[in-house]
Amino acid sequence: MTQAQATASHGEKVSLLRVLGPGHVWALGVGIVLVGEYMGWNFAVGKGGAVAALIACWFAGLLYTCVAMIDSEVTSTVAAAGGQYAQAKHIVGPLLAFNVGLFLVMAYTMLEAANAITLGYLVQAVGGMAGFEGGHDKPFIVLTIMFLAWLNYRGVYATLTFNLVITAIAFIAILVLFMAVTAAKVVPLNHAGLIHGETLPYGWMGVLAAMHFGLWYYLGIEGTTQAAEEVRSPARALPLGTMTGIITLLIAATMTWYICVGLMPWEYLGQATTPLFDAARLTSSVPLMVLLFIGTMFATLASANGCINDASRAWFSMGRDHYLPEWFGAVHPKYRTPFRSIIFLVPVALMFALGAPLDQVITFSILSGLLEYTVMSFNMIMFRNKWPLDTIKRGYVHPMHPLPAIVLLVLCGVTYFAVFLGYGTQLMAMMVFYIVASAWFHFHRYQFVRRGAQFTMNWPRPRGY
Amino acid sequence: MAKEGRYEPPKQSAFGQIFDSLFLLVLVSLSLFVPLWLGLAGGGKTELTFPEKTWQGMGQNDVTAAAFEKLGFTPETAHGIIASRFDYSFDPLTAIITALVITAYFIFVFRFSDKEYRDVIRERFGDK
Repeated sequence: MTQAQATASHGEKVSLLRVLGPGHVWALGVGIVLVGEYMGWNFAVGKGGAVAALIACWFAGLLYTCVAMIDSEVTSTVAAAGGQYAQAKHIVGPLLAFNVGLFLVMAYTMLEAANAITLGYLVQAVGGMAGFEGGHDKPFIVLTIMFLAWLNYRGVYATLTFNLVITAIAFIAILVLFMAVTAAKVVPLNHAGLIHGETLPYGWMGVLAAMHFGLWYYLGIEGTTQAAEEVRSPARALPLGTMTGIITLLIAATMTWYICVGLMPWEYLGQATTPLFDAARLTSSVPLMVLLFIGTMFATLASANGCINDASRAWFSMGRDHYLPEWFGAVHPKYRTPFRSIIFLVPVALMFALGAPLDQVITFSILSGLLEYTVMSFNMIMFRNKWPLDTIKRGYVHPMHPLPAIVLLVLCGVTYFAVFLGYGTQLMAMMVFYIVASAWFHFHRYQFVRRGAQFTMNWPRPRGY
Repeated sequence: MAKEGRYEPPKQSAFGQIFDSLFLLVLVSLSLFVPLWLGLAGGGKTELTFPEKTWQGMGQNDVTAAAFEKLGFTPETAHGIIASRFDYSFDPLTAIITALVITAYFIFVFRFSDKEYRDVIRERFGDK
């Protein structure tokens, strides 16, 4: 795609601005996800024990490597705002695209809410440690969401440059902690002593169950594609940013597990709200505590910031195509951002952040992501069948097709079962939501959508149609 | 591109746009909050019972006991954390129904998407 797609706004043709490079793409992907190392991943320890969490970390890493491989090929070819939504629209069809758009919005908005909850908790907890007892977390939750929405409203370049800086600091904080406990040995690690014989306290069922929160190490990396229309060279920057992002996360996830399991009893770790900050506390080093406090703050801010960016792009794209009311499809005439979508999603995020417990919000986010990954595996196979390699030029061709798609589908199946173990009601509630929304779209909303205009890529006719 | 037989969608009123937005908002809220209101949300948990609330009595060794103490816990305050366990027993029928609902959802979405997609391709590229 050579030109950003134009959008009518106030009678003028205004498009999103192409200003981003591979570093921004990396920051968008890793920035959303890195918070998973600072909180949430450790619930996998609670569900299956420390060793189960490590196995889940690697299997989830394999799942996301498949996601990144598939995403890189499709996105380097379908470089349009909305990412997987635009891909599904061109490859599978409108109803699935609508569902994928909703997966993205739900996953990111709930992740944003989870970040705001964690940030509020951390400020409240550290405030308590500093002698400010009785402080409330709610004002910080509201302030975080409002400030980041304002930043997103003002422009994508400033937003993602801000993300690049704070993500780098949050990643460096993990590296410094790792070096401090392994090379400088500020405190001894004792993995065997802290696991104390309970290698797999729930047996292999616990390993399966741990896959549920194992996804939290990486959830959101696929968000790199949301800014496709704002990247200067999508065919190069998107695969490069996504693949370096997944490598960064694999390293960070393994280091995080190694540090935390070597410092905390698994029973505590499995229920901790801010495990890396707790690890820093256990070193008794004030500079490390301050650094990990800042790292946790920055990781939650970067994630929430990226989530607002991605959710609003998906909502905007659906509005532009009339899958949702067209009012949402407008670009700000001055800041060139999807401002109405950004504003509309603020109260949604606030509702989740202020009204639901953290584990429920995280589970809904994971479920939406899981549905999206399931779709990706079918999407990839259909993409290669409808447009074989010799029919359209890809910016990147992933190897070993269809193995990544099949592995992805199998791992998704395992993860549905992992979520079912303990969170079956939420799984069913989510499925009912998507079934009702799909019926609403097909039988009502689709009447407002232009048919042929949805296919904007300069591709030949798909095979079999 | 084929111009004949092109579908012209109706213009949606402002009221219709507001109604559609609110409909989705209500649907999202219900899917999140109904399980919470009905008390059906959250993992099934159980509690281990220990003969006494000491580090040794709760199966802890010197290393874990020292770590708990450094985190500010006593055997009394750590008891709830150490005793808490997930209960992974489940009804196979519920698991089968859940799997069928997920499968039915994907079949429904892919079939209707394909039907819509054929219209898109016909309008974009013309009849074969």
